[in-house]
Amino acid sequence: MSRISECFANLKADGQTALIPYVTAGDPERWVTVPLLHALVDAGADIIELGVPFSDPMCDGPVIQKACERALNNEVTLQHVLDMVAQFRDKNKTTPIVLMGYDNPMEAMGYAKFAEKAAEAGVDGVLTVDSPPEESSELRQALDKYDIDSIYLVAPTTSVERIQRIASFAKGFIYYVSIKGVTGAAALDVAEVREKLALLRHYTDLPLGVGFGIRDGQSAAAVAEIADAVVIGSTLVRCIEEHEKRPEALPAAVAGLLAEMRYAINARNLASA
Amino acid sequence: MPELKFTDYFKNYPDKEGHFGPYGGRFVGETLMGAIYELEEAYEQYRNDPQFIAEIDKDLADFVGRPSPVYFADNWTRKLGGAQIYLKREDLNHTGAHKVNNTIGQALLAKRMGKTRIIAETGAGQHGVASATVAARLGLECVVYMGAEDVQRQAQNVYRMKLLGAEVVPVQSGAKTLKDALNEALRDWVTNVDNTFYIIGTVAGPHPYPAMVRDFQSVIGREAKNQMLSATGKLPDALVACIGGGSNAIGMFYPFIEDESVAMYGVEGAGHGIETGQHSAPLSAGTPGVLHGNRTYLIQNKAGQITATHSISAGLDYPGVGPEHAWLKDIGRANYVSATDDEALEAFHELTRTEGIIPALETSHALAYVKKLAPTMSPDQTILVNVSGRGDKDMHTVASMAGLNF
Ligand SMILES: Cc1ncc(COP(=O)(O)O)c(C=O)c1O
Repeated sequence: MSRISECFANLKADGQTALIPYVTAGDPERWVTVPLLHALVDAGADIIELGVPFSDPMCDGPVIQKACERALNNEVTLQHVLDMVAQFRDKNKTTPIVLMGYDNPMEAMGYAKFAEKAAEAGVDGVLTVDSPPEESSELRQALDKYDIDSIYLVAPTTSVERIQRIASFAKGFIYYVSIKGVTGAAALDVAEVREKLALLRHYTDLPLGVGFGIRDGQSAAAVAEIADAVVIGSTLVRCIEEHEKRPEALPAAVAGLLAEMRYAINARNLASA
Repeated sequence: MPELKFTDYFKNYPDKEGHFGPYGGRFVGETLMGAIYELEEAYEQYRNDPQFIAEIDKDLADFVGRPSPVYFADNWTRKLGGAQIYLKREDLNHTGAHKVNNTIGQALLAKRMGKTRIIAETGAGQHGVASATVAARLGLECVVYMGAEDVQRQAQNVYRMKLLGAEVVPVQSGAKTLKDALNEALRDWVTNVDNTFYIIGTVAGPHPYPAMVRDFQSVIGREAKNQMLSATGKLPDALVACIGGGSNAIGMFYPFIEDESVAMYGVEGAGHGIETGQHSAPLSAGTPGVLHGNRTYLIQNKAGQITATHSISAGLDYPGVGPEHAWLKDIGRANYVSATDDEALEAFHELTRTEGIIPALETSHALAYVKKLAPTMSPDQTILVNVSGRGDKDMHTVASMAGLNF
């Protein structure tokens, strides 16, 4: 069983929802990322989504665009991101890490080489936002060879036919994009998400994560009731941006924000149990 | 070496998934996948619909002024002393460039699909103006994304778009040029996918755009083929066109691809010189990768990050190129060369003085290569150059090079 599947199985046994923070690697300083990841785990993160910065993040809103720009100003490469994961794994052997990014940096490294190095570093899943299943068979095969999960997105616009196709390729979990828009754009509509997740569950047994429109404890808790995982991205990245000039204080601040989400989710889980 | 055969080209490229060999494809976020399949379906339905074709043809004739003439550049031919030079006059189109051939096709398609809002990206502003123009005529809401840097460089076109009723959004992210405008347009599309049609201005983007834009621009080559046959009794020996994303070039090349006697030259912007790294010539100096929905040659660093480009002409200032050009390069059907800012400027002045035609700076790159090519050919040979646009929009750029400011 992959580390991701194991994580979901354990949470399910406890009646818990996974909390998945997203941060961009190397933002705002390279050295911050590893301490930040440990702080996020301490604050209740079950899985970590680590963003690989890209010069042209066409699926991201302004908050994550700026995070990419800050990271690239530090000349963060995919190799650096893998090094950060390896360093994180020195102390943490259990929390799954999913790399989230765009195709081109992975293609530039070479899919086979990337998969090998990612496995070595301790990466558990890869989500390539601009490479749908149709285009990612080569990358997928490379990742399969090392038992790294290929994570795929499903959107509000995804047809049932595509849901079936995506479900047949997806591993680890399926990431439901809760809004029509870029990351951090709008608030999600819980009723709509509930309906779509119910539909998704007809076609897959994989855990379902929800992200893109979750901003606060309240929306996190509402989503936690219907999803297996809640992904928090732009809200945390905005907090990172606010601490750009005070990076020493950043891990604690971001972790504090995540802990609030964890608290809200747990309170709701308890109330509904 | 085995003899290369291009006679099966038309039926093989792109394949069903929009691939030209390893290039092209559909590299977009999941939210847009539904929209690009919907577009593909609509395009497949209408591309062979006689009524739709008749509607486009009528607009191209009465609104754009097609066919555009092919003009024998007698003075310039004598001056260069070699092949006879013919100019395909896309500069005479309504709105001043080839871009409108494509916007008419896409806007009419948008209308058939029931979309009420169109968005576009623009570099030089020509595609933005062409989009705003058809939007005004068809009564569609129009938003144009333009890099903040280009908004400065092309102030006049910005004003034209506003006069036509379009909203122009200056894009502040990244390098603030064409590629960033494309990113922002894609973000808008993801957000407003239900009512919005994205009119991409060149043969880039995810499938079906590269094939669809090529088809709309192929009117250039279809007309020119007949015009050259009636003017000279034979096919041209060489075609020359500038390459930004590659739409005017593919529009001219495509109908000739299976005519193997016709050589093709695509001219990229060499900026300050390829060796300086400040250029916009991915086919000449780039490597394959994925950007803006397709795999193609890109200007990027070793880590796969897209790097800054430079060209004197905003319309060439783009780090990628249409995937079909990448494939034509790899299979050896077309040749890709480049011209520097200085060479383009020199050709700009030369055509203006010898023929009384002021070309766009983009076009001037193609002309700069003609200056090199023509003298190496014999007087019974012919070169057909695509004059993709007129130079009115570039007056202040050229004037400022001469130290003048309006
Ligand atoms: C006059 C003119 N020629 C050429 C181009 C380059 O585009 P493409 O390579 O798609 O023809 C532009 C783009 O703005 C243009 O305005």
